[in-house]
Amino acid sequence: MNGTLDVILRLVAVLVVFLVLPLVVGQTEHKVMAHMQGRLGPMYAGGFHGWAQLVADGVKFAQKEDVVPEGADRRIFQLAPVVSLLPYLLVMIAIPVGPHGFVGQSIDAGLFFVLAVMGVGVLGSLMAGWASANKFSLLGGLRTAAQLMAYELPMLLAGASVAMAAGTLSLPGIVQAFHWWWIPWQIVGGVVFFTAGLAELQRPPFDMPVADSEIIFGAYTEYTGLRFAMFLLAEFAGIVVLCALTSVLFLGGWHGPWSGSLGWLWTLVKTGLLAFVVIWLRVTYPRLREDQLQKLAWTVLIPLALAQIALTGIVKVVTS
Amino acid sequence: MATVASADAVGGVRGTTDVHLAAGYFHAYTVVGLVAVVGVLFVAVAFAAGHLLRPVVPTREKMLTYECGVDPVGEGWAQTQIRYYVYSFLYVIFAVDAIYLFPWATVFAAPGFGGTTLVEMFIFIGFLAVGLLYAWKKGVLEWT
Repeated sequence: MNGTLDVILRLVAVLVVFLVLPLVVGQTEHKVMAHMQGRLGPMYAGGFHGWAQLVADGVKFAQKEDVVPEGADRRIFQLAPVVSLLPYLLVMIAIPVGPHGFVGQSIDAGLFFVLAVMGVGVLGSLMAGWASANKFSLLGGLRTAAQLMAYELPMLLAGASVAMAAGTLSLPGIVQAFHWWWIPWQIVGGVVFFTAGLAELQRPPFDMPVADSEIIFGAYTEYTGLRFAMFLLAEFAGIVVLCALTSVLFLGGWHGPWSGSLGWLWTLVKTGLLAFVVIWLRVTYPRLREDQLQKLAWTVLIPLALAQIALTGIVKVVTS
Repeated sequence: MATVASADAVGGVRGTTDVHLAAGYFHAYTVVGLVAVVGVLFVAVAFAAGHLLRPVVPTREKMLTYECGVDPVGEGWAQTQIRYYVYSFLYVIFAVDAIYLFPWATVFAAPGFGGTTLVEMFIFIGFLAVGLLYAWKKGVLEWT
């Protein structure tokens, strides 16, 4: 009975985190972007510095008419936002937050699991792009597919490097095995992983699949209301998941001073800092072209990731 | 999964621990399955609530495909040249190879493996690198 209660508690906690943290990141993005561009950002909703802006947005989305274009492939069109959103919820349960089993659910092959499930989210964009029967959406969908070819491999290889260093695929196990000198040792892999993750999330500078100024938000052109909100939520949940994973794999997760009692805070702080970097990059860099991303991935990221694997292997065998 | 198989082969004390491992394995993925159920429920509730809240006023113009506000020309499923198909071939080859890295990664530094296993891995990565270099040299990694 206790076990059942425990599981229910974990499920509820994961759902709450899944709904709250993306909103926090979203609000931070509003504010940080605004200040970096010398403006104020949302100031009215909720009174204090527009803190309730995203809640107001949510209410607006829920009230909007749900339009499915006549030409669209109806079922697939309606299902697409769900497919792009749910994988991030699944991934969240496997991410360790603190020591002593502070994790939604520890999974043996956790690293493998999260990489595999994160890949499913992209299917949502592909479905949306194809089912909309809209030329812009189709272009967006094709760009998403092309992007998938570019980032998935560097991400896998960088992840494998960490698995080699830790000698386990379990995410809590990886953080357990972490030492401070892993940061310089795995830094190349970390940068590759983070960059590839940005491309997976279709965040600037890799946002050519959505590119609002050229293909009107690509695969999401035809979406309104709640379904559009789900795509947005998926993007921000993706930021949370990517940053949390990067901090768990490459920055030592809960490790830090007083990690015994404040471990969860360290994970949150590292995740938050990385999320800030994600926003910062959006304000800083112009959008790449699709072929520039391919070139970057295949001629820079993959060779770097392979070199990192070689380095990890040598150091590991020499020191063990 | 391998642990379940070895439980049959070895039996005895080893078998009992393996049964525990297998139980943990299934427990973990049951919880993952429950998360998926929670997610589906969340989406269902959101859509049901949205159904009650939102207006439904379809008009002819609203249901048209949106293409810059002009009436759409031709079919939505237009033909385009898919230029990245070479990447997708490359990707499939590499991704399948990369899967083999993971089981190897967990054991290569364990006692009894070490140097030889590492050399094997370098040969493996070498093959990958040569394949990549070949594609590079052939110019398929550039569009223009």
